[in-house]
Amino acid sequence: MAKIRKAVTVTLRLLALAATVVAVVIMATSKETAHVLNLTFTAKFTHTPAFKYYVVVEAIAGFYTVLALLLASKSLLSRLTLILDLVVAMLLTSSIAAALAIAQVGKQGNSHAGWLPICGQVPRYCDKLVVSLVAGFVAALVYLLLLVYTLRAALHPVFAIKP
Amino acid sequence: MALRVAALLATAAATIVMALNKETRTFVVGTVGTTPVTASVTAKFQHTPANVFFVIANAMASNHNLMMIGSDLFGLEFKGFKLPLVAVLDMLNAALLSAGVHGAAFMAQLAKNGNSHARWNEICDNFQGYCNRGGVAILAAYVGLLLTLGITVVSIVKLLKPKPKPQSQPLASEIEVP
Repeated sequence: MAKIRKAVTVTLRLLALAATVVAVVIMATSKETAHVLNLTFTAKFTHTPAFKYYVVVEAIAGFYTVLALLLASKSLLSRLTLILDLVVAMLLTSSIAAALAIAQVGKQGNSHAGWLPICGQVPRYCDKLVVSLVAGFVAALVYLLLLVYTLRAALHPVFAIKP
Repeated sequence: MALRVAALLATAAATIVMALNKETRTFVVGTVGTTPVTASVTAKFQHTPANVFFVIANAMASNHNLMMIGSDLFGLEFKGFKLPLVAVLDMLNAALLSAGVHGAAFMAQLAKNGNSHARWNEICDNFQGYCNRGGVAILAAYVGLLLTLGITVVSIVKLLKPKPKPQSQPLASEIEVP
């Protein structure tokens, strides 16, 4: 039973690690220059604070996942890992929501505020952003699944005894 | 329990303030002869999908807390399967709330500072009341988010506490991170 639990958790963590690394790398290397009416127009992720926050948080989450994989199965750290898992899951959901909000404005604009969509001018940048955001979303989902699974697995002995 | 009431107040306040966030300004656009032509521009929270999600997420979080408080008041016992369900639901609540708050927060940052690289102008200098109210709503929701995280931790700790049974050993020590 413990082996299955360990296998599932390690798989989930590896999946989350892969997703966060993909998200960070793709967003960090996404850059495109467009020429519009004699103006050179560069799109980089550092132009938007939301994307900077996203990259930083995904990097932290990836680093934490590596740490959790290496320090697995030590009972002393189990509570700390659970709490830190919760914190990292919250950070991941927050970063993906922020990045999605800004990316939605970039794709569809906001006619009420006079903000034009920029995806028409820098399509490849937008595509790379979409891939990165999907990876970040997968990472957030996997972390939430991991939390629920850890809780349920921790309670299995309790289920047998509770009325 | 007190945490839940406080979180409920915070998220409900955030929902209401953001939902009633609306400001209309009339601008003088041009002059036709001697009469100025005015155009009125409205800033509503529905204009931004991130703010709409903010309102919905806070409403759902308030609803969840309300249900939990109600079940506490009416003496519904959480036994067996239902106790972990409370912790899981609290966790999902915290995740939803964090997503809503941060989406709206970064959208507000964009509205306040604009983005010169994308040629997006800031709108807060024209709609100060709207921005102020939105800022208050986001702050209230942040407080609610922190409280919800506290509630989640308390729920999880309550789950993992050993039950006082004579024949069973304390279960806290059996929990291992797989």
